[in-house]
Amino acid sequence: MEKESLFSAKNLKLLTDPLGRSNPVTVLVLGVCSALAVTVKLEPAVVMAISVTVVIAVSSVVMSLLRNTIPNRIRIIVQLVVVSLLVILVDQVLRAFAYDVSKQLSVFVGLIITNCIVMGRIEAFALGNKPWPSFVDGIGNGLGYGLILVVVGFVRELLGSGTLWGYRIIPSSFYIANGGVYENNGLVILPPMALILLGIIIWIQRSRNKNLVES
Amino acid sequence: MGDIVSIFVRSIFIDNMIFAYFLGMCSYLAVSKSVKISAGLGLAVMCMLAITVPVNYLLNRYVLSSGALAWMSESLRDVDLSFLSFIVFIAVIASIVQVVEMVVERFAPTLYSSLGIFLPLIAVNCAILGGSLFMQERGYQTLGEAAAFGLGSGVGWLLAIVGVAAIREKLAYSNVPAPLRGLGIAFIVTGLMGMAFMCFMGIKL
Repeated sequence: MEKESLFSAKNLKLLTDPLGRSNPVTVLVLGVCSALAVTVKLEPAVVMAISVTVVIAVSSVVMSLLRNTIPNRIRIIVQLVVVSLLVILVDQVLRAFAYDVSKQLSVFVGLIITNCIVMGRIEAFALGNKPWPSFVDGIGNGLGYGLILVVVGFVRELLGSGTLWGYRIIPSSFYIANGGVYENNGLVILPPMALILLGIIIWIQRSRNKNLVES
Repeated sequence: MGDIVSIFVRSIFIDNMIFAYFLGMCSYLAVSKSVKISAGLGLAVMCMLAITVPVNYLLNRYVLSSGALAWMSESLRDVDLSFLSFIVFIAVIASIVQVVEMVVERFAPTLYSSLGIFLPLIAVNCAILGGSLFMQERGYQTLGEAAAFGLGSGVGWLLAIVGVAAIREKLAYSNVPAPLRGLGIAFIVTGLMGMAFMCFMGIKL
């Protein structure tokens, strides 16, 4: 059998497809649960995106290595154990090195266990493929998820607090309180606005790509 | 007693799982196209939350949290197992789902035929694990409070999914812009419902 190079066209497609055409959040509707609650500020959104990417990639590799040894009937339990162990590791690392962000993310780090993207990619891809493609697929889906998180986080922090990553973007002299004309949009900070922003992102994506439109 | 009622009402309306924390959105978006199916899933989620949150509360209180093992022997007073809580909670949830599925199948076949297909699904529903994690984080003091929180969150989830499913059934007859059809409009409707639920926020309980 001819050996496939590490970054062949097929593997590269695995990496880039989830960013657009088969984005896990906007097209496959996976992992929406946690995608919205952590996007009030940009920093927790980025940290969450990195954590999810790591968990998906590593768990895909592990499950792909184990795929021929696990009986089919108990595979869900095995997946849950592997994923929860990884999430415990991620949680402990965050607590040790980024305590403030880990406090902001609160329960949503734990909820990576039940994030449908992780289980979905293991079931749909890693159980039927070799470790390397599974790894690339995991990274791609993690990045696709992260992309949406970062876009929503960017808009919400900029419009809602006038800052990005905690740094002030809109000068404080613009605000009405200081004699200016500008006021933060308090609505963007509230949870419902995250849903509406995601709806708008889906709208934009589907009007550019007619194949995704639902009948 | 007043505390318990207040926690119950708070978790239905103010801290609603879907509108305030977006938990369980995946299955929520997948099935909220018909009222009948979503009521079935909502009931299943409600039962599981009402059972798993008190069970996990007991585990957290007597096994996992810092110093919780002191009832066993004085030498274990310094043990803190809280880092294990994720894996313990998910194991408890997965096994309770299995047990409930078997009990329902044996004793209530009609209920099983309507709820049965949802039971395996909800082992990985974020709302169920989220309920236990919120219980741990907010540190409810008694078993009664934890149970009220679990049941209340379940009722809130059921209300939310049935409400949105009813709106989506009606939306089938309206002229939504093509790229927004299906998923996009579902998100926006949920957002608007969430805004409506936010009017409960000012209520002091």
